[in-house]
Amino acid sequence: MSQNLPALLVVVPMILAPLAALLNRPGPSWVVAAIGSWFSFGAALRLLGRVLDEGVVVYSLGGWAAPIGIEYRIDQVSAFVTVIVSSIAAIAILYARSSVRDEIHEDRHALFYAAFLLNVCGLLGISITGDVFNVFVFLEVSSLSAYAMIALGQDRRALTSAFQYLIMGSVGATFIVIGIGLLFVMTGTLGMADLAARIPAVWASGEGDRTIAVAFTFLTVGVTLKLALFPLHLWLPNAYTFAPSAVTGYMAATSTKVSVYLLMRFFFTVFGEQFSFEQMHLDMVLTPLALVSILAMSLVAIYQSNVKRLLAFSSVAQIGYMVLGISLGSVVGVAAGIIHLFNHAVMKGALFMAMGCVMYRIGSVRLEDMKGLGKAMPWTMAAFVGGGLSMIGVPLTVGFVSKWYLVQGALAQGRWAVAAVVMVGSLMALIYIWKVVEVAYFQRREDEADIREAPLSLLIPTWALVAASFWFGIDAGTTSSVAISAAETLLGVLP
Amino acid sequence: MGDPGMIVLFTVLLPVIGAGLVLLLRKNENAREAATLITGVVTFLHVLGLLRLVRSGETPRLDIIEVVPDVWLSFAVEPLGMVFALVAGFLWPVTSLYAIGYMRGHHEENQTRFFFFFAIAIAGAMGVAFSANLFTLFVFYEFLTFCTVPLVTHHQSEEAKKSGRIYLGILLSTSVGLQLVAIIWTWVLAGTLDFRTGGILAGTASTGVLSAILVLYVYGVGKAALMPFHRWLPAAMVAPTPVSALLHAVAVVKAGVFTVLKIAVYVFGVDLLQTLTTTTWLAWAAAATIIIGSLVAFRKDNLKARLAYSTISQLSYIVLGAMLANDLGIIGGGMHIAMHAFGKITLFFAAGGIMVAAHEKNISRMHGLGRTMPITFGAFFVGSLSIIGLPPAGGAWSKWFLGMGTLEASQVGLLAVLMLSSLLGLYYLLEVPVKAFFFKPPEDAHHHEGIHESPLPSLIAICITAAATLGLFLWPDLFHELMQMVVAGGAR
Amino acid sequence: MISFGLFNYWAVIVLMMVGFYTLISRDNLVKKLIGLNIFQTSVIMMYVSFGKISGGTAPILIDSGDHGGGEDHGGAEDAGHAVVETAVDAVGSAGEFLTQGASGVAHAASEAGEILYSNPIPHVLMLTAIVVGVATLALGLSLVIRINEAYGTIEEDEIARKDNAA
Repeated sequence: MSQNLPALLVVVPMILAPLAALLNRPGPSWVVAAIGSWFSFGAALRLLGRVLDEGVVVYSLGGWAAPIGIEYRIDQVSAFVTVIVSSIAAIAILYARSSVRDEIHEDRHALFYAAFLLNVCGLLGISITGDVFNVFVFLEVSSLSAYAMIALGQDRRALTSAFQYLIMGSVGATFIVIGIGLLFVMTGTLGMADLAARIPAVWASGEGDRTIAVAFTFLTVGVTLKLALFPLHLWLPNAYTFAPSAVTGYMAATSTKVSVYLLMRFFFTVFGEQFSFEQMHLDMVLTPLALVSILAMSLVAIYQSNVKRLLAFSSVAQIGYMVLGISLGSVVGVAAGIIHLFNHAVMKGALFMAMGCVMYRIGSVRLEDMKGLGKAMPWTMAAFVGGGLSMIGVPLTVGFVSKWYLVQGALAQGRWAVAAVVMVGSLMALIYIWKVVEVAYFQRREDEADIREAPLSLLIPTWALVAASFWFGIDAGTTSSVAISAAETLLGVLP
Repeated sequence: MGDPGMIVLFTVLLPVIGAGLVLLLRKNENAREAATLITGVVTFLHVLGLLRLVRSGETPRLDIIEVVPDVWLSFAVEPLGMVFALVAGFLWPVTSLYAIGYMRGHHEENQTRFFFFFAIAIAGAMGVAFSANLFTLFVFYEFLTFCTVPLVTHHQSEEAKKSGRIYLGILLSTSVGLQLVAIIWTWVLAGTLDFRTGGILAGTASTGVLSAILVLYVYGVGKAALMPFHRWLPAAMVAPTPVSALLHAVAVVKAGVFTVLKIAVYVFGVDLLQTLTTTTWLAWAAAATIIIGSLVAFRKDNLKARLAYSTISQLSYIVLGAMLANDLGIIGGGMHIAMHAFGKITLFFAAGGIMVAAHEKNISRMHGLGRTMPITFGAFFVGSLSIIGLPPAGGAWSKWFLGMGTLEASQVGLLAVLMLSSLLGLYYLLEVPVKAFFFKPPEDAHHHEGIHESPLPSLIAICITAAATLGLFLWPDLFHELMQMVVAGGAR
Repeated sequence: MISFGLFNYWAVIVLMMVGFYTLISRDNLVKKLIGLNIFQTSVIMMYVSFGKISGGTAPILIDSGDHGGGEDHGGAEDAGHAVVETAVDAVGSAGEFLTQGASGVAHAASEAGEILYSNPIPHVLMLTAIVVGVATLALGLSLVIRINEAYGTIEEDEIARKDNAA
């Protein structure tokens, strides 16, 4: 069994998805979804352990070796991402039981859980595959299921948001396919390792350099659209705001993370850091966009009156941090980006889940409806404050660890502007988190509604993530060492 | 007396345990208050235990956890930290006593929340005092900021909310925007964040770079209220007076200037400081704050506001001492941590007592009140002497050393600043007791006939601190000895 | 240089731009989907054009004695396994990569004396892509139906107006 773990990681959720749909009753479907998510979590942890011990784990699907067959290559960053995705899925599915019951119509629950499993399967597949077209397949699996899940939101704008995301996401995916096709025609292969070996030769021969450059560009645009880097982020705020709470909590912590992983995979493994940064000057595109993302999106977040929307814009800004780390191109910088994948997943997951608790009790996430919630729902708002402290980057939280590495990377390269922007971003986060804190703790409710605390089934997963955001902020040894070794592998630096 | 590391840990944890007890005992007011006092006394006993170890030359150390590779959360007790811990440790139970009188006399709400966060804040201050490296210091520095916000915004009024914003805004902007950058830069340059005698930055970068980092640090420590980052202090006066007294005369502001001194001595080292270009500039920035703070204090009729600006001015004495970059300056600065704390807390205690007993906030309305509240105003007089720097109050000593420090640094101008500030203080502080004792009450004031003093627990606290202020004049040895150890062991 | 041999690629570009433009500029949601579909179809055409080798025949094995080249979609590992091997080896050994449907393969293959097959891999990939496109279209259209039920219109500007008014 453990030999086939890489395949099972993806196949188990994939097979359980139609089962969940067939069972067609909320309870059993949920059980199936929970089994699928928790199995993936366990498998991902085991794989991470294996990778840390043995190095890259290679698995050929169906026994066909690369470059003919499709190969799964799991290195540290892949394993790390699978742990992130599956752990969030495992916690989100526990959260979803009550949240989905409250927000989605009962006859759609089974389909929701099926879509959830497909999404998990897709994201995990992207993380571990070593074949670029396979990436596209899993990308579409995860995207389509995401569109479906988002469309299940209560507000009718969930439908238009899902549609907008569908259009933009499909365009992005198609761009990626174009890029893949152009690479394929030049090198004749679809395996990542193989491409990495052949692209330099093609480039050097001078015959196909324009095609490779165009492929590079299409891939960049496609991937940045999927990861919602400014200015291709337009789908994200609507999608996150109007999706059901459990979906937002889950997606905010996973789908963009996997897209960032994809960015790293393409530009460090397939093309190579030297090619991407020195010949194609990717850093000169990514760095400014990331900086603008951080500043502009944090600024927009400050002015939002819908807290979910606020957090969505905050997410786009945080993605800017990840891309910024990657664009620094040094081990510390890339490690900062990688560790922020985990840290942001934990903090944003906690924040969105807290908002889901609020939605459950008062049916709204508008700031003006949240007056006095500090007293009425103390545990929920305390969770929000906990996640908020992480966003601000208070030491002993995960948010601090990311900033620690990111600013280190920037200062080591003498880039003051970058360090300054990171700090300004933190201060802007302070403003928008404090905005919510002020309303919750300093204002009194006008109506006399009896608002109880959120149910334990929602609070426990939320607090699990808040606790994680402190735990991994106090003891960041494991995540740091994984991130650093992953960065070293990606950049080809021997440890 | 047990493993030194554990004593350190307990000194930091006891206030947290006390906070927990406060929460548990919230239904019974007297039990709750007793919990606070007992915890305070026990904590101070631990501090004394550590003092004994430090005076015999030991530096108790405790490594807690490696947060990020090579960066540890650690405690280490050295003489300068001892000064801060002694001050905070002694004044916490005293202030708790005062607060009991004040909060009950003023019929304040949410007293449990108040005492809870009070205790937590002291834990933060102890953490700052005992930090072994810049990271630990930063952790507890930020912790202190966050756990004092509920105290500053205690009344939850519109004004409290606005003050909370200013407080949090300025303190976090400086700490995240300036101090953290400096810390990470230090890490990149020196490869370590430990506090070491002689500093860790010598030789790691050019003078220009190190000078810039110094500026980042000094301005980044917003709690030291160096202008223009001082506005949070008067804004925080909206809090109940015990909060102003302990936190903004003792814990929070002293954490700030303590940090500046600590960085000056143990991150840069006095020798390195003398070579940097910005050291003198910063000394003059401190001088400017001293003068401007005093001038603004002049014009304030609200007693707490006047005291707030006086604090801003006095804090820069310590920053000045650090930036003089010589032994005498460091000694003077460190001693002033203690002297100013005792003097200023007496003043704030008095101000609070006046508010509770006579319901007066403005000085112009306090004329003649001395006859009704002789002890309170008498204590105010003693506290004023310390701040002005006159014998027989302890402040005379710290001023003496600072003055000597300016002479050794050949900065006669700075000496003149110190003298001028004393002169101004003479007026804006002594005005209060003088007018209280010798002037006639205003027409519409309703002062009680006969003696109607501050509430008894508060009065006792006031007397304790006033007596300590006088006592420190006669016996400054303890603090002087500790500061001597700081400069001898390691300002080199 | 407009040469007849590049006609395919010009068609691809035209379709791609027509599809993309329709997607962006039209307010009607169904038309957006049509645009998306045209856009995706052009990509399919592009891949298929890549696979065509001048002089190559359909990639079905003729008297090779191995498996009878059945096509499954979703995996290069099954269909045309032997052909793929040949193509890959030929590409590798030719060491030359040209933009016009890998005619280097043609040379190498004719040198080896084998039958010339067009590359089946792009076909296989595009079967997957077609399915993905169909699924996307189906999902998109069902969303349009739901949007119509919720808003009473499928014009984007009217939807925006209704949202702002609400």
